[in-house]
Amino acid sequence: MRIDTKMIGHAKTESLNSAIRKPESSPFGSEKGRLYRKKYLADRDYRIPGNCAVSGIMNEAGKCFSGDAIIRSIALMHDRANGMGGGFAAYGIYPEMAKYYAFHMMYDEEDAKQNAEHYIRRYYTIIHDSPIRFKKTQKIGDNPLLWKYFLEPKKEVMHSQVLLSEEDMIAQTVTYVNSQIRNAFVVSSGKNMGIFKGVGYPEDIAEFYRLDQYKGYLWTSHGRFPTNSVAWWGGAHPFGFLDWSVVHNGEISSYGINRRYLENFGYRCAFFTDTEVIIYLFDLLSRMHGIPFEIIAKILSAPFWNDIERMPEDEKRVYESIRMVYASALINGPFAVIAANSDTMIGLNDRVKLRPLVAARHGDFVYIASEESAIREVCPRPDSVWMPRAGEPVIGRLKKEPLSEVQIGSHMKKEYEVM
Amino acid sequence: MAKVPLISDFLVEREKEKCINCQVCCRMCAFDAHRYDPETAQVSTDSSKCVGCHFCESFCPTTALTIKRNPSDSRENANWRQDVLKGITKQADTGGVLLTGMGCDRPYPIYWDHILLNASQVTNPSIDPLREPMELRTYIGRKPDCLRLERSNKNKISLKNTLSSQLVLESPILFSAMSYGSISLNTCRSLAWAASEFGTFYNTGEGGLHRDLYPYGKNTIVQVASGRFGVHAEYLNAGAAIEIKIGQGAKPGIGGHLPGEKVDLEISRTRMIPEGSDAISPAPHHDIYSIEDLRQIIYALKEATKYRKPVGVKISAVHNVAAIATGIVRAGADFVSIDGLRGGTGAAPTIIRNNVGIPIELAIAAVDTRLREEGIRNQASVIAAGGFRNSGDIIKAVALGADAVYIGTAALVAMGCHICQKCYTGKCNWGIATQDPYLTKRLNPKIGARRLINLLRAWSLEIKEMLGGMGINAIESLRGNREALRGVGLSDVDLKILGIKPAGEAW
Amino acid sequence: MKKIMIHEEYCMGCRLCEIHCLVQHSKSKEIIKAYKGEYPKAMPRLVIEEKGYHSFALQCRHCEEAPCLEACMTGAMHRDPKTGAVICDEEKCVGCWMCIMVCPFGVIARNTEGKKVASKCDLCGGETEPVCVKNCPNEAITLED
Repeated sequence: MRIDTKMIGHAKTESLNSAIRKPESSPFGSEKGRLYRKKYLADRDYRIPGNCAVSGIMNEAGKCFSGDAIIRSIALMHDRANGMGGGFAAYGIYPEMAKYYAFHMMYDEEDAKQNAEHYIRRYYTIIHDSPIRFKKTQKIGDNPLLWKYFLEPKKEVMHSQVLLSEEDMIAQTVTYVNSQIRNAFVVSSGKNMGIFKGVGYPEDIAEFYRLDQYKGYLWTSHGRFPTNSVAWWGGAHPFGFLDWSVVHNGEISSYGINRRYLENFGYRCAFFTDTEVIIYLFDLLSRMHGIPFEIIAKILSAPFWNDIERMPEDEKRVYESIRMVYASALINGPFAVIAANSDTMIGLNDRVKLRPLVAARHGDFVYIASEESAIREVCPRPDSVWMPRAGEPVIGRLKKEPLSEVQIGSHMKKEYEVM
Repeated sequence: MAKVPLISDFLVEREKEKCINCQVCCRMCAFDAHRYDPETAQVSTDSSKCVGCHFCESFCPTTALTIKRNPSDSRENANWRQDVLKGITKQADTGGVLLTGMGCDRPYPIYWDHILLNASQVTNPSIDPLREPMELRTYIGRKPDCLRLERSNKNKISLKNTLSSQLVLESPILFSAMSYGSISLNTCRSLAWAASEFGTFYNTGEGGLHRDLYPYGKNTIVQVASGRFGVHAEYLNAGAAIEIKIGQGAKPGIGGHLPGEKVDLEISRTRMIPEGSDAISPAPHHDIYSIEDLRQIIYALKEATKYRKPVGVKISAVHNVAAIATGIVRAGADFVSIDGLRGGTGAAPTIIRNNVGIPIELAIAAVDTRLREEGIRNQASVIAAGGFRNSGDIIKAVALGADAVYIGTAALVAMGCHICQKCYTGKCNWGIATQDPYLTKRLNPKIGARRLINLLRAWSLEIKEMLGGMGINAIESLRGNREALRGVGLSDVDLKILGIKPAGEAW
Repeated sequence: MKKIMIHEEYCMGCRLCEIHCLVQHSKSKEIIKAYKGEYPKAMPRLVIEEKGYHSFALQCRHCEEAPCLEACMTGAMHRDPKTGAVICDEEKCVGCWMCIMVCPFGVIARNTEGKKVASKCDLCGGETEPVCVKNCPNEAITLED
């Protein structure tokens, strides 16, 4: 994929061109003039803070479009990243295999692939598997083994365990592979969706995976700026869980307690990355507790007591209860996230909006990005553009019947009976 | 040899040039250490009576007095310390149990001094509490696992759960249980006024609730202890919450003790016991011999107050505190108060105060971890008590997992206490731990309340500053967040029990 | 006019008010010198009433209709126009003690150390807080309107 430099603003062109010309600026550096290989941190063992760029585009009517748009959008925000991570989540890219779970896997070595496949075959039928297509470029260094599988859970396994839904089984598999099988990592595990990521600028990652050849109705992307050098491809964003994907710009000060709260409900944070808690909180609150997304936004970026005091009485009672019961789900610290699943895209800021986020609508399209320029790059004259306030979510929904009653998740375990 | 006179603990030094023989010290010492001789018109001191409360030193108008540790030296002996020798001598004299007051004074490790906090920089902006909202509001009580929220046709969200009653605190600091009897009525008034002005709660302790304090019921936690002193239906309904006292940190395993000298007419009326008699609470509640008995009592109290008030249980921190706390939560308690080794008391046998129990730091960590492992942490709030000295200790307790903190000794020090440990004599010169009308006048509740409010205000501001420094603007994001703590100079086992990383280790 | 209010339930009986009143009305106004170095020693202008554990400091009430003002022969007793306090001008006082006889509170004292004069509370000149109020450790006496 060639980046059409004429489409990008002049200031950005300079830095992009310079990135293409100088090999020293590539993440693996010039090995000339060095006596020893620079040591990179495997950030699956250390939590590395950093800052980033995020962007998301969704067509609410479900019409699929090529990855070209999202690539241009994230490429414009080149300077927000430092080439140490980039990635994309795409929904609707495997329409013929839509009823199977699409697992994108990364293996650091061949043995890991054998071990993982051996484990997977016990629980799933592998309908189809093949390498994830990529094109080797000079800008991307060594890549792990990249493989995709389309899986169907084995019915006899599901029936043998009480109260095991398909989602629970996928969750168990992903947790097991990520924590117990060395050098294997499940990048995404949803139906008709996939996450593509690695160490490099996002536009270079897109070129590597040839994302302009894919068509989806919902795309999110991320450019990473970690403070330390990283080598592990799994550490880039987006992170995935079931059909959720999250791209995150920020640092979670309340990570310690969010993680312990989630552990109460059986989620295991396998890596030292704070983004994990965001994705599990979305899953817990929407799928397990059946809470609408507008309220989930108010749980994660809760309104202040001063503002709650001024609300009308019944609304005040609701928010007071929310803050009381979900106190440990409050995410404190700066963040701008774009979370997505098969029918929703949500953009959200922390409760004092310490990171930028801009949204726009144009026809059936919903755009969310860290900068307005990234939106206007692909949609020069949107119908409406706005900056969401702190705690105010931007929600894009795949058009279906309108929601009237909240569907409470059928997977609620006995322990969650209300007092 | 019949009796060995004890060498006095303190020496009162009086500077002759400065002393103006004004007799303020003579009038003020309840232990009669100072005496005025009208013939010579001079004041003299009997140092053997001095307990080191510093009242005379504080009020001497010419600062002529200095209280010193008696410099009479013995041969150094790390094992046979002076206090050990004195203890044996006193017991040989009297054949009795040695009593003392306040909290454990032995040099056991203080873990608060080995725990450090974090601050955010560059990647995560710190927050300025003077310019941005910084929330310390805390709710004490039982909370459900999840909320059932319903969206109506008009797109309004409504709540289908009913939540059980909660105590609302504007800051996670409450006043600990100190019984009327161990402390004077003026001290109780100070605590009550300060709690209602500031927006927190105080605890009646096991002495019942004096009539004059019923108007402050909204900010009172009433305690039901093993002696059931002063417990009747009106009492239970007068407070905002009920606490069943199973034990206290200063003397785990035994009941409360109010010496007869401190039981006057008002105490007798409030506690419903005869005047002048020792009020010794039984060690266990004689109707709580097992966890199922506790469950029965908890629900009996909830019935008596029509489920409108949270009912909690107070226990001492002992070796099995995690399992006991879990049992208590499963028995239906809405909050669990844990009192650690360094908790204070009005009277306790010295040997028990110094040797029984464990520090609160380890107890909170263990209880919080265990409740989370069991998946029931939300069912009860955890209140920590036992020697909290400043806002640093409090914020570390919250980070370890406590919902709120009880302060007892610190509140008394704010009102003038100098921890001379003679509370059991009933002769507290500061007017705090006494019922003697000459002495109780010395604590003006207006001044006492003012000082307590100042203390709470100052500590709350410090907590807000530290929270802001960590990039957090609501205390619930620090509660149980052990990532915010690091240990320094602690062993691996200590770190494991506390659940924190060593300083220098990154995320 | 600001007067000294007494809260007897908080008086400790320490008599620090008495000490500071003496110092304030001494020549040196310095405590050790006032007690040990001055002759004649100054007199405190208040009376500590005590019975059992009840005690309080009583000083001149600066009555609105002051009997001592009426009784004074020489006009030494006068009312300070600024503070409204009743003051004894010691230059004019001849020590007839009529004010002491008529004072319903008994707060005027006979000062016979040097020249015979009647000695009473003067609210410390009205410029600052009276020293008894300032030095009471328990706020048993307070300055209020």
